[in-house]
Parts: sequence; C-alpha cells; structure tokens
Amino acid sequence: MKNSIAERVGDFLKNYPPFNMVRAKNLTDLASEINIIYLEKGNTVFKKGDSTHEHFYIVRDGAISSNYNNGKTIEIMNIHDTGDIFGLKPLISKDTYNLTTIANEESIVYAIPIALFQSITDNNAKIQKYLITAFASNTYTPYTAEESGKIFVDYLPNTSQDIVNFQTVNYTKAPITCSLKSTLKSAAKKMCKHKIGCIIVVDENKKPAGIITNSDIKNKIATGLFPIDTRVTNIMNSPVITGKKDLTVADGQLQMIKNNIGHLCITKDGSINSKLIGVLSHHDVLATLGNNPSVILKEIKRAKRTKKLRATRRKANGLLKSYLEQNIPISHIINVISQINDAVTIRAIELAIKKMPTPPPVTFSWLALGSQGRKEQLLFTDQDNALVFEDVPEKKREETQTYFLELSNLITQTLNKIGFEYCEADMMASNPEWCKSLSEWQNQFKKWILKPDEKAILLSSIFFDYNCVYGNQELINKLTDTVYNTLQETTLFFRFLASDAIKSPSPLGFFRQFLIEQNGEQKELFNIKSRAVMPLVDAARLLILSKQIRGVNNTYERFERLAQLEPENKELYESCSYAFKALSKFKTKQGLLHNNSGKLIDLETLTKEEKLKLRRCFKPIQEIQEILKIRFDLKNFI
Amino acid sequence: MIKWFRKNKKKYPDFWNAYIDHFDTIEKTPINETRFVAFDTETTGFDILKDRVLSIGAVAFKGKSIPVNDSLELYLKQDIFNRDSVEIHEIIKSSTVDKVTELEAIKIFLSYIKNAVLIAHHSNFDKNMMNEMLSRHGLGKLKNKFIDTGVLFNKSKHIIYHENLKDHYSLDDLCKALNVPKVDRHTASGDALITGIVFLKILSRLDKRKHLQWSYLLK
Repeated sequence: MKNSIAERVGDFLKNYPPFNMVRAKNLTDLASEINIIYLEKGNTVFKKGDSTHEHFYIVRDGAISSNYNNGKTIEIMNIHDTGDIFGLKPLISKDTYNLTTIANEESIVYAIPIALFQSITDNNAKIQKYLITAFASNTYTPYTAEESGKIFVDYLPNTSQDIVNFQTVNYTKAPITCSLKSTLKSAAKKMCKHKIGCIIVVDENKKPAGIITNSDIKNKIATGLFPIDTRVTNIMNSPVITGKKDLTVADGQLQMIKNNIGHLCITKDGSINSKLIGVLSHHDVLATLGNNPSVILKEIKRAKRTKKLRATRRKANGLLKSYLEQNIPISHIINVISQINDAVTIRAIELAIKKMPTPPPVTFSWLALGSQGRKEQLLFTDQDNALVFEDVPEKKREETQTYFLELSNLITQTLNKIGFEYCEADMMASNPEWCKSLSEWQNQFKKWILKPDEKAILLSSIFFDYNCVYGNQELINKLTDTVYNTLQETTLFFRFLASDAIKSPSPLGFFRQFLIEQNGEQKELFNIKSRAVMPLVDAARLLILSKQIRGVNNTYERFERLAQLEPENKELYESCSYAFKALSKFKTKQGLLHNNSGKLIDLETLTKEEKLKLRRCFKPIQEIQEILKIRFDLKNFI
Repeated sequence: MIKWFRKNKKKYPDFWNAYIDHFDTIEKTPINETRFVAFDTETTGFDILKDRVLSIGAVAFKGKSIPVNDSLELYLKQDIFNRDSVEIHEIIKSSTVDKVTELEAIKIFLSYIKNAVLIAHHSNFDKNMMNEMLSRHGLGKLKNKFIDTGVLFNKSKHIIYHENLKDHYSLDDLCKALNVPKVDRHTASGDALITGIVFLKILSRLDKRKHLQWSYLLK
C-alpha cells in the first residue's frame, strides 16, 4: 500500500548524514518504521542512566538539549537542531545513556528503530566510517558546525567553547615589574598603588627572573619567615613559567593547571631568556572563555546568524550563575543581563531588516513590554513586544502595516529560536493588534486609560511597562506624552489599577503558613511570581504612574525613587525595593537549578533559613497594599 | 428481548458487527492512553449527497508518538468525477495508485479506527461524508467520538482574544499559528498527519491551562 507519510519522512532524512548515504529503497523501508514524536518544551526524551531505547532520534523541528547531570547541577552540553542525530552512541556501544536529553523548545523528533537501521547499514562502509568519525570526535551533529559538508575531518569543534579554546589569549601588556635589587616593601607598595595581585621581578635586560604574588607575601612575610625589608630575590618564585604571545587559551590554561600557578609570563620569543612583554593571569583566561559581559556583548554585536546569537545568549546564563554564586548585587546583575537581552533583541531586529526585500518605508520603534520592558528579565521568559510605526497617509496604512507585520514575524521567530518563548497570550508585534501606527497607539492608550475595563487592566500590567529597545525614540516620547497627559484627566483608572494590585493578598495564610497552589499540576507548589513578585511590581507601577514620573522602569528603582519623593514612607519603600531584589534573586536561583522560569517553588526543598528569608520579604507586600487601599480609596470601590 | 437484539444484529455484515463490538464496554481511559485517529478525506466536492470520497488518510497515536507504520492511506474507485476538484487533489481518475472499492475502503477503515477517538479539521464534513458512504452500503453511522481541531483551537486561545475569534479557521491558519510545517498539504494523509500534530500542540496548550479533561475536549 502507498504510504505518502513514509515517503515524506524519507525525503527529509535523505538530506542529512548518515541517511544521505543510505540507498533510496532502504530509506523508504526505514522511514515507514519510524515514530513521529511531539515534545513540549521541557519534555525528556531519555534520562541519564536509563536503559537504552529501541530507537535513536533525529530532530525534525525545534531543538533538543543534551544535559550532563552530576547529581547537583545540570549543564547543557549540546543543542541539537533540525537534522541532528542524538541517542545513537549508547545503542551501538550497548551502554546506558550518560546524558539527559530535554526538549529545549516545542519540538518534533523522529524515532528511528536501531535494529532496522543496523541491518540495512551493516554492509555500508561509508556509513560505518561516518559513524566512527562522528563518535571519535564526540559529535554526531556535524551540521551544527559551520562547515557543513566537511564531515570526515578528524576534529570538529561543535561548541563555541571549543572554538574559544583555540583563540589566542588576551594577556595584560606592560606588566608592573621591579628590579632584582628592590626590597619587598617597595615592591608591595608598587602592588598596592597599581591594585594588582602579583609583580614580576626582572633583571637588567628586562628578562623575567621571578614572580611575587599576594600569597607569597602572606606565607613568607606575614608569618615572620623573612623581614619586611628583605630583597625580593629572597622570596620570589623562580624560575617563572613562560609562554609565547600567540599562546592559545587552551594551552595557557593547561600550563597553569600543570604547574599549579595563576600567572604566566609572556616573553618575546616565549622562552625564559627573552624580554618580558606581558602577563597572563587566570582571570584573563576566564574572561576569554566568555563568562564576561563585555565579551558576550561584543559577540552579540558581531553575530551574523541566529544560531550564534543563541549560543551567545546561553553563555549569559553561565554568567548569571557565576554572578549569583559570587553574591554580586542583584541590581548589578539585572543591569548586565538586561543589557545583554536588549543587545540580542537589537541584533535580531538588524538581522531581520536585512532579510526583508526592502528597507522599512517609515521609521518605527520596537518596544519591549512586561519584564523585559522593566529590564528585570534574568532568565529566558516569554517575549512580550510591540511595534510602533510613524503615521502614514490613510491610503498607505494597510501596506505599511503589512510590511511591519512581516518584519515582526521574522523578529519574533528569531527571538523564539534564541530561546525566548512565544507569548502565550500572543502579545507580540507579529499580532496586528500590537503592530500599529503612532496615532493608533495613542488612541489605544487613551481608550485604556479613560474607559478602563477588566481587559484594559489585564493588558496595562504589560503595556504600561514599555521600553524602546530599537528604532525611533522620538515616536515613543510622543506616545509617553499622550499617556501622561491622559492620566491627568482621570482618577478612575488608578482606582482600577489599585484594586487589581491588591487582588492577590499577602502570600501568608492566617496561621502564617505559605499559601500554596490548590489544584492542577502545580498543586502544593508556591507560586513566587504571582504571590510575591507581581504585587510589588503592580504597586510600583501604579505609584510611579500616579506621580507622573517617567523613564524609571525597574521595580526596585521605582521604589527607590518613591522613597526620595515621600520621606514619610521612605522605610517602607526601601524595604519593598529590598524585598523585590531578594525575591528576584530567589526566583532566578530556583530557575537556574531547575532550568525553568523559577516561578514555582517546592517548599519542601527549602531550608528553614531560606523559608525565613522568604517570609521576611512578605511583610512589605502587606504594608504597601494597605497604603494603596487608603490612597486610592478602595474601601467603597467595587 | 435478547433474541430480538440478535436478530437485528444479524442483518449487518460481520465486519460491521466486529466494529460495533468495540463499543460494547464503555470504559474511561486516561487521555494519554487513549488511541486517537486523526483523519482527512479528499472528495470530489462539498455536497454530502452528490459528491464522493476519493481518498482517506489517517494516522493513529497514543500519547505523543505517531508511528508511521500505523497510518492509513486509501484511494477509492469512484465513477463520479468532478473536474473542478482534480487540481486540488491531484488524484486523477486514471492514475496508477492502487484503488479499492467503497465497500473495501469501509471495511479497512472500520477495522483500522476501531473505537478510537476521531480527530478531523472541521470534522462535521468528514463525519457526514463517511456516514453517507456507510448508509449507501446499508450500514449504520460511525459510533466514535469526534473532536474538531477548528473548535478546539478556539478554546485554546487566551481569554483576552475571545471577542475577536474567528468562526472559521482553515488548516493553513492553524499551521501558521501553531508553527506546524506544511508538508503534503491537500493530500488526505498529509492533512491527516498535520491535523494530528495540530491536535497534539493544542492539547499541550490546554494542558498548561489545566483544561485537559474529557468533558472539556468533547464538549
């Protein structure tokens, strides 16, 4: 019997190795035995330690991540795209799975029966060779490497990490040195002055003779082993380990590990007998490896493809993790990550404009809404955005909107590929409702403000936190003018917003227990977003709008500004700002731990101390809600 | 009384009785263990009485995995021929694919669907087309439960858009909204597979909003 579906599956497979080497007849047989599997984001295909399936997999649409789980943390090893194969090696080596694969976004994969695949490829030398090469280089995803086609090269770097490893290092030029005759005291003064952790001792020919680090001073001077005015030659480490100036990152790191040191001297010819030209510190290596915002931003600006953008954005998650571990202030983390998110969005827009057949007919601006608009987005969340274009004559309106809708479609698709989920409620610029001309937007906002209803209030929690990410800032200024002028005409709108802001009551129940979700999949979980974060966000927005303050979008910054304006409530606003930061940090840590948005918390997993900390954040929520009730006269408001 | 039932039953051919037997026991299986069959028919036109089914495509699945070897693709011998629809369906009367008679198609189709829950896009049309075909051969109506992906999609939309929902969503609209690749659109089995994937995607969206219950799906 004819099986068109199998034929189409075969048509897909034959574009990708190793199936492009399978004979057509065999391929059809194979295709008719596969399973088409639909995966939601977060669904697991197989887990580490699972006994092997009877199938291996190829990605049809979407992306599947391979994760290494060492019991504590989960690390993404690789992301498989359309045409990539995964889960094959364990089937051939008859092993259990050593990685966990999870759908990184909504995906469709084909499950291919291993028994049939082996029986039809057994005698095919080309395929065997391909598989051996693929396994040896530990990548069965040759198409993720930029050079598609070069399948048989011996080594294929398949992650950006690998590529970075072979870059040359970025060392510190013109390092601080002292002469052989200096005393330790003068050397230490120099180190203090330049705020550095090590100093190189050089001879009269500027050749490196030794190195003194902070720990040498601690171990040899502070302990009384040597007097403070001893010669540097007495306590320096010698000889130094040297390297060439075109050293790769991987080599540099290797040298440090091998010799158990934190600094390498870079000399003119790389030997100890030539002039010192720089120092490579462990810190420099880490910076090159990418956990560094300026490196990430630079990479984003240079990215030419979505894939590259996605890999780079993913690095930001690593950065976020290390920041949280190092206890860097959350306000700084928020700033850095929003910078990165904005840069990714801008790059996505630039790439999309290039793909359009013609340049934009008029100027426009791209608005980030919701958490990105407030610049509070730390982890990947849904994308909420809108587009405003310049007013055009009525007869051109439709044509112009069509152009921008098409552009928005490209942009939202790209953002989705990078990892920002589509907005469930479709609040995106690709929706004709949210892709309009300036005057249409002005009218829209006026309508929301002057004729508030339930829907308008629902939307205002997202739309009133807008931020121009790209394009003509002037359009947005005009829009903001309209919004603030219209706000002066009404008090009803504020009362609506206020009654909405106090709708979710304090997260603590009567007996001071946490209020948890009562039903559904989220049963027994504490929703930190809706119960604790959103009430603060809503309150801050309302108060800042009612005070006609522009350009402060961050919730914690809004509270700080309010504290300046109302000294009588300074303490409360400051504690709200603090609570918001603490809750964001909490949510982000949970999100990183479980690789999700972190909004649902399993209270069982928290320590007593963490629960106490959480609870302390709830007090200001209750108090700010009381203030709203009085200020906006909600007692008699339905 | 029992005798009367038996008598009545004997009037039908064995394959019909075998099909009916699948509905003897009414048990509620959980959604993820239920066998679903997504199907589509290509017809000579849109008149239930005059037009005929040219081909039937179907895929079956439990959970989220669609096995390709459990799909169905039937081409029917039909004398009624409508020149207008040839272009869409590309099934020309004299083309070389193996064709079966209507009665054979019914036999194969019934033994394939069994008591599965049937899914189709604008399912009323496909349902009526099939029932009309069954009645031409002296058989009863399909006993299966039906789900219409067009209706289900509306239910999955967020509440703020309910006032401007469309009454009619084409399968193309759904593919666009749900990001389903359009492969082999306008062939029965291609559309059946697309309908199946569309269904799974809507289901996952409903699941997130905790609406995944039989009463809600079949309403």
